[in-house]
Amino acid sequence: MLAHDLKTSYLTKRNQHRLLSLEAPPARFQHRGALVCITWASAAAEMNWSGLESLLSGVNKYSTAFGRIWLSMVFVFRVLVFVVAAQRVWGDESKDFVCNTRQPGCTNVCYDHIFPISHIRLWALQLIFVTCPSLMVMAHVKFREGKDKKYVELHHGSHLYANPGKKRGGLWWTYLLSLVFKAGFDTSFLYILYRIYHGYDLPRLSKCSLDPCPNTVDCFISRPTEKKIFMLFMVISSALCIFMCICEMIYLIGKRISKLFRVQHENQRLIFAEQHELTNIAPPRSQYRRTDPTLGSQLSLNRSEKVREGAATTTL
Amino acid sequence: MSWPALYAQLVGANRHSTSLGKVWLSVLFIFRVMVLVVAAESVWGDEQSDFTCNTLQPGCENVCYDQFFPVSHIRLWCLQLVFVSTPTLLVAMYVGYRNHRDKQRLVQGSGKSGFLSNKSQEEELETLKKRRLPIAGALWWTYACSLVFRLLFEGGFMYALYVVYDGFQMPRLVQCDQWPCPNLVDCFISRPTEKTIFTVFMATASSICMVLNMAELAYLVAKAVTRGVSGQKERKSSSKSSRERTQTKTNHKLLVST
Repeated sequence: MLAHDLKTSYLTKRNQHRLLSLEAPPARFQHRGALVCITWASAAAEMNWSGLESLLSGVNKYSTAFGRIWLSMVFVFRVLVFVVAAQRVWGDESKDFVCNTRQPGCTNVCYDHIFPISHIRLWALQLIFVTCPSLMVMAHVKFREGKDKKYVELHHGSHLYANPGKKRGGLWWTYLLSLVFKAGFDTSFLYILYRIYHGYDLPRLSKCSLDPCPNTVDCFISRPTEKKIFMLFMVISSALCIFMCICEMIYLIGKRISKLFRVQHENQRLIFAEQHELTNIAPPRSQYRRTDPTLGSQLSLNRSEKVREGAATTTL
Repeated sequence: MSWPALYAQLVGANRHSTSLGKVWLSVLFIFRVMVLVVAAESVWGDEQSDFTCNTLQPGCENVCYDQFFPVSHIRLWCLQLVFVSTPTLLVAMYVGYRNHRDKQRLVQGSGKSGFLSNKSQEEELETLKKRRLPIAGALWWTYACSLVFRLLFEGGFMYALYVVYDGFQMPRLVQCDQWPCPNLVDCFISRPTEKTIFTVFMATASSICMVLNMAELAYLVAKAVTRGVSGQKERKSSSKSSRERTQTKTNHKLLVST
C-alpha cells in the first residue's frame, strides 16, 4: 500500500510538473500514457486517476493560463487528496456505523437513510463529470486538425488553419461552452451534497426510527470530525474551481470585446484618414482604381471590407 | 478484469471508425468502465456480508441471498461491457486481414517486377499499416454488423437486468420463505439507495450508448445510399460520354469516307 502511494505521488508530481510547465506533451501521448497508467492501476487493484490525468495533460496545450491553474488545482487539491486521504477516511464507514439495537436489519436501514449516497462516490462522479468537458475541446481541435490535413492533401501544401489550436471561431465557443459545463457540474454537485447532507453537516449522533427499528434508535457515524474536515476541504476547493471557471469566462469574453473595440477603433481611424486624405496613414491611391477624382470614395464603409483593406495595419 | 488490455484493443480499432464511434468509445470508457471500477465495485463490495436477515436459523441468510441475487449487478455489467466491446474486435480483425492481404500482394508484386529497393518497400509497408481504410464495401458490412450486434447485446443485457431484479430499483426489505428459513423472514439489503442510484446511472449510460450506435448505423446507411446514388450518376454520365465518343468516331469515319 505504501509503495503504491509513493508511486501515485511520484507519478502525480511528474505530471504536475508537466501541467505547470508550458511544454506541449508529445503526440499520441494521451493514448500511451493512459494505457500505461491504467495498466499499472489495474495491477494495483485500485482505480487510479493517472489515466485521466495523462489524458487531460494534453488539454493543457489549448487552455488559457486560468485553465492551466484550474487543471493543476483539480489534480493536486482534489484528485490527489481524494485518492490519498479521503478514501482511507471513508473506508470503514459501513463497518463502523453502529446503532444501539440488536434488531437485525435496523443498522442497514438506518445507514441507508443517513447515507443515501456516500461522499466518496459523489466526489468520484463529480471529478469524472468535471474533467470531461475539457475532452470536448480536445475533440474539436482534433477535428480541426483532421480537416486541415484533408485540405492540405487537396490543395497541395496550403493550410486551412494556420494554428488549429488557436481559439478562434468555433473553437472559442466550444471552449466557452466547456467552461460553462465545468462550472455547472461543480455547482450542481455541490448543491446535491448540500441537499443530501443538510448543509455539509455530519453529526456524531443521528436518531433513526424507521422499520424494523424499535421506537427510536441512536446511531453513531465513524470518524465524524475527520470526515467533516475533508468534506469542507473538498467543498472549498470545488468553490475555488468554480470561481476560476468564472474568472476564465470573464477573461475570454473581455478579451473578445476589447478586440472588437480595437478593430472598430482602427476602422474609424482608416475612414478618417481617407476622408481627410492623410497620405501617410491612408493606403496608397493606386488601390482605389478611381477613374474620376470627383467621384466619392468607391470604398464601402462595410466593416469586413474595411478590415480586409486595412490588413497591413490592423491585427485580427 | 483486465480493462487496459480491452482498452488497448479498442483504441487500435478506433482509427477506422466514424466520429460517432469515437464518441461512443469515450462514453464507454469514461462513464461506464471508469464509474464501474471507481465507484460501483465499492458499493457492491459488501453486498453479501451486510445482507442481514431477522433470524438465527443457520443457512437462511445464504439461501435468501442466493434467491434475490442470482447474478450480482457488477458481474452483469462486466459481462455487458465485454460483450459490447467484442464486435469492435470483428472490425479490427477484418482490418488486420485486409492489411495482411495487401502486404502479400505488395511483396508478390515487388518479387515479380524484379528489384524493388528494400527502403521503398519498407516505406510502402509502413504507409499500409498507418493508412485509414475508407468505410466501403466489405468493411462497411463488417462495421454495420458490429453495430447491430452491439445494439443487440446492450439491449439484451439491459432487459436481463430488468427481468432479474424486477426493475432498476433496489428494495430495502425483501421477504423470504425458502427452506430452511422458518415461515416468512425479513431480510435487509445493504445500501439500497446508493445501489439504485448507480443502477439508474449505468442504465442511462447504456441507453446513451445505444442511441449513439443507432445514430451511427443511420449515418452509415445514409452514406452508403448517397454513395450509391452518386455512383449511378457517374456511371450514367460516363456511359453517355462513351456513347458520344463512339458517335463522333463514326461521324469522323463517315466524313472521311465521303
